[in-house]
Amino acid sequence: MTSPQPPTRRGPRLGGRVWRFATVAIPAAFLLVFFVYPVLAILGRGLVPRWSFDPEPVGRVLTDAGLRGVLWFSVWEAALSTLLTLAIGIPGAWALSRFAFPGRRAARAFVTVPFVLPTVVVGAAFTTIFGTDGSLLAILLAHAFFNTAVVVRTVGGLWSQLAGRSEDAARALGASPVRAFLHVTLPALRPAIVAAGAIVFLFCFTSFGIVLILGGPTRATLEVEIYRQTADQLQLGVAAALAVVQLLAVTAMLLVAGKLQGHRAVALALRPADAVARRARTAKERIALAVVLVGVLGFLAWPMAILVARSFGSDHGLTLDAYRSLDATGPGSALFVPPVHAIATSLRYALGAVVISVIIGGLASLAALRREGRAGRILDGALMIPLGTSAVTLGFGFLIALDRPPVDLRTSPWLVPIAQALVAIPFVVRTVVPLGRGVDPRLRDAAAVLGAAPARVWRAVDLPVLGPALALGAGFAAAISLGEFGATALIARPDNPTLPIAIFRLLGVPGAQNYHAAMALTTILMALTLVVVFAVEAVPGRFAARGARGSRG
Amino acid sequence: MKRWTICVAAVVALAGLAAACGRGGTTQDGRGATITLLTHDSFAVSKPVLQQFEQQSGIKVKVLHAGDAGKMVNQAILTKDKPLGDVLFGVDNTLLTRALQAGIFESYRPAALAGVPATYQLDTKDRAVPIDYGHVCVNYDKAWYSDHGITPPTSLQDLTKPQYKNQLVVEDPSTSSTGLAFLIATVAANGDGDPKVGGWQPYWQRLRANGVKVDEGWDQAYDTDFSGSAGKGPRPLVVSYASSPPAEVLAAKPEPTVAPTGVLLDTCFRQVELAGVLKGTKHPKAARTFVDFMLSKRFQADMPLEMYVYPVVDGVALPPVFQKFSEIPTQSLDVAPARIAQDRDRWIQEWTSTVLR
Repeated sequence: MTSPQPPTRRGPRLGGRVWRFATVAIPAAFLLVFFVYPVLAILGRGLVPRWSFDPEPVGRVLTDAGLRGVLWFSVWEAALSTLLTLAIGIPGAWALSRFAFPGRRAARAFVTVPFVLPTVVVGAAFTTIFGTDGSLLAILLAHAFFNTAVVVRTVGGLWSQLAGRSEDAARALGASPVRAFLHVTLPALRPAIVAAGAIVFLFCFTSFGIVLILGGPTRATLEVEIYRQTADQLQLGVAAALAVVQLLAVTAMLLVAGKLQGHRAVALALRPADAVARRARTAKERIALAVVLVGVLGFLAWPMAILVARSFGSDHGLTLDAYRSLDATGPGSALFVPPVHAIATSLRYALGAVVISVIIGGLASLAALRREGRAGRILDGALMIPLGTSAVTLGFGFLIALDRPPVDLRTSPWLVPIAQALVAIPFVVRTVVPLGRGVDPRLRDAAAVLGAAPARVWRAVDLPVLGPALALGAGFAAAISLGEFGATALIARPDNPTLPIAIFRLLGVPGAQNYHAAMALTTILMALTLVVVFAVEAVPGRFAARGARGSRG
Repeated sequence: MKRWTICVAAVVALAGLAAACGRGGTTQDGRGATITLLTHDSFAVSKPVLQQFEQQSGIKVKVLHAGDAGKMVNQAILTKDKPLGDVLFGVDNTLLTRALQAGIFESYRPAALAGVPATYQLDTKDRAVPIDYGHVCVNYDKAWYSDHGITPPTSLQDLTKPQYKNQLVVEDPSTSSTGLAFLIATVAANGDGDPKVGGWQPYWQRLRANGVKVDEGWDQAYDTDFSGSAGKGPRPLVVSYASSPPAEVLAAKPEPTVAPTGVLLDTCFRQVELAGVLKGTKHPKAARTFVDFMLSKRFQADMPLEMYVYPVVDGVALPPVFQKFSEIPTQSLDVAPARIAQDRDRWIQEWTSTVLR
């Protein structure tokens, strides 16, 4: 690279090479320090406690009846939750993908709302109905509430693409509607159902906030037990062993889920074709449609409505007392700071998490977008791994790894934003890379041929697509950070609680006033999250067109 | 390249600035300082008493309630490099060794310790100073038993009998210091030998079979599940304190002549609560002044009605309602602190497996 080259050729200048190196090295370094190192620390504590390989802690987890019970509960509650979610989601998918009716678009958007809500919000909403006494039904319903959107979108996406002709043919040949569904439609939907089921199972297996809030002392998933062993009992060895088991279980599940999805790519189209949707024809069909719609939408609206109503509740009718109490603290108050401070803390941490995840995720995306960059592709894949690691495990890793030299961040205000960014980065990359791939390389070549310098090419061709894509990713990161609970619960300090932490704390102390304050904070968190998500949803409408133009070249 | 250098320099400078801003000013003199008291949710002090302290000492006190005692102590241990507060109050004799081993306290011996009986002075190196004591015992609802025509239980063994089925509510020892105290009492009473032969594990299995309910903390157990409290819950037996009956007397209007609840005096464990100056405090002098205040006659006399605990300092008068209605067990089911330190975590682990899973 010593001989000068014409600017239109591929060979980059020194600055370009440094830049290219940086796009790989900075995200890689971030990942090494904040993910690989903490995970190694967990493995070290769990498997190599005294500098010699000793699976004793893990063995203890697997032989202790109580801890085995935790693993077993994680499995069967996830299985039951998945079945319940499918039982609610499949009829929902049928109604929303097969039929045209007034308000269909709004109904579809509404179904997605629970999925973007923070788990603390869902848990708090269900305490209004079931209390915190460890009702199994509450946990299962909360999981179904949270995950119905996954089934409706995944199964509905495929359903709306089945033209329905095979089913019509079966009916014409004399099959009853039930028979036609069981023998024609259901087999065709199977891949989508299996894929959705696998995702829901994974979410429920690693469920934390919902089980912690609704489960009482007797019910615990692995996630909850890791948290309790750490925060309540300070048994870091046991927690590390549980985290190792959790890492293994999640990895195994991801592999299985990948296999299941690999068999047949399932359409995850966000806006399925409206072509197959038709009006309900017979009276029977209309009644069935109405029952399903009222049932599913009612199931999803009910907890949110009660939650908001409770936030205005008090001993004497509907008031704003709970909201007014949020800027006060005093003797007997459950929080060190007035609850409104939690809003400011959450927003500050969200800003930090957005900045970190956009920088790291953006650089990684650029690396991944360079086709020749094998390191970029590996990085792209590597950045997905934190997504599979559960948040509590991540937080626990931070707690035991980043508390001493060489990386001592225990007292840093960046600790929480970094953990939240780690959860958000995969979403940023997933958002930016597909949109970036849409840029036709010929556009760059054309610009270069016309004499634009590389920086100018990048500014004129890539930036108009990547900028909005990054904005979209930033929105996702903000929503994730606002609701993040698992990692934050282990590393946030009680004098600086985020909204989910403050809500959990308020739910844990007795007194109607604290309960109403928790409901008010939950309503605020729900509103904040929805504002961010809807703002994000509005972005692609405007910019996807540009991206699409780019892809058509 | 030059631009890169500038960028790097700017980032480094910003980072340095941020680090510098992170360090607050320190005060040598106690006056004018604001100290933070890290404590559990049950801590309370009456307003005039605290205000008087603040005025006389010139020290402002912020109270950080950090959950139940266990959680609060764990938080203190996990954050010991940058402590959450200057003084910690509320570590008890069941958790004391965990805090001492983690080295979260600075040594400090207040002069007033001379007036505290030796039996409460649990730390020979003066890192943790005793402030109050109380007894964790099973309480019963007198009205419930007379209404149902059942004789109340009197011993731990009675609690496993069929006529007391589904009546007892306890606290989870992994999250509640009250629950841990009761667990230790059952260990003391039943022994800690081979569970196949006998001991506390089979005892808890029998309690479980007899329908014991486990709550996360004392508040939930006492205020929502116990029938003898204002919450009017369904269960007439609860693990609470020997000082709970006077509290019920005060809550009742008009004041009754006998306490509405009673204490099973053969089920008690003595709990001592201690305070200490947290290592790394920026206000060591003010922190010590506050520990002195906690051993002052004024604060010691204030505690019984605020936290329902007994003063450790000799010669502090109890309020009349305590003199009249509280029962102090003559003997308690105690376990030596060294044993507790050694076996506490195993007991909790085994208890969780036996009772919850």
